[in-house]
Amino acid sequence: MFLARVIGTVVATRKDPGLAGTKLLVIQPLRPDRAPSGRPLVAVDSVGAGAAEEVFYVRGREAALPFLPAEVPTDAAIVGIVDHWSTS
Amino acid sequence: MILARVVGTVVATRKDERLLGSKFLLVRMIDPRGKDEAGYVVTVDTVDAGLGDRVLVVSGSSARMASGLKDCPVDAAIVGVVDTVEVKD
Repeated sequence: MFLARVIGTVVATRKDPGLAGTKLLVIQPLRPDRAPSGRPLVAVDSVGAGAAEEVFYVRGREAALPFLPAEVPTDAAIVGIVDHWSTS
Repeated sequence: MILARVVGTVVATRKDERLLGSKFLLVRMIDPRGKDEAGYVVTVDTVDAGLGDRVLVVSGSSARMASGLKDCPVDAAIVGVVDTVEVKD
């Protein structure tokens, strides 16, 4: 799982039936010092995240698991809203 | 998922039999503001996207969860045509 910040939203009317009703958010992966890390991507939200919140997200096939038994065709899903993190 | 723009089509007569009937589109990755990024991907289109459309592309084994792609040898599928992207940062 990876840290990211929610930076936007995506609206897509024509989409796979499995994505119907999902919330699509643009997220920017972050380094622990909050600097951007790599390209922004689009993730399906499973926890009610919103604009500018810091979150962690899961990639790959596992990204579909929060939505079981629905089959959501996604390779990225927000699975937690981060309260805070620290590095030692 | 990544954002991309449809830049072309791919035609292949000889292909895996599970790919028969699939529509292949060549897409270029873009950033959330629509600017071109490096990298092109051949994708299977499941939502009837067209040339120039901004699309959502799902990659890896998750691509097989797109409609009609169960057990197909694909690792990138278009699963949405983007209407709008709003970005604040």
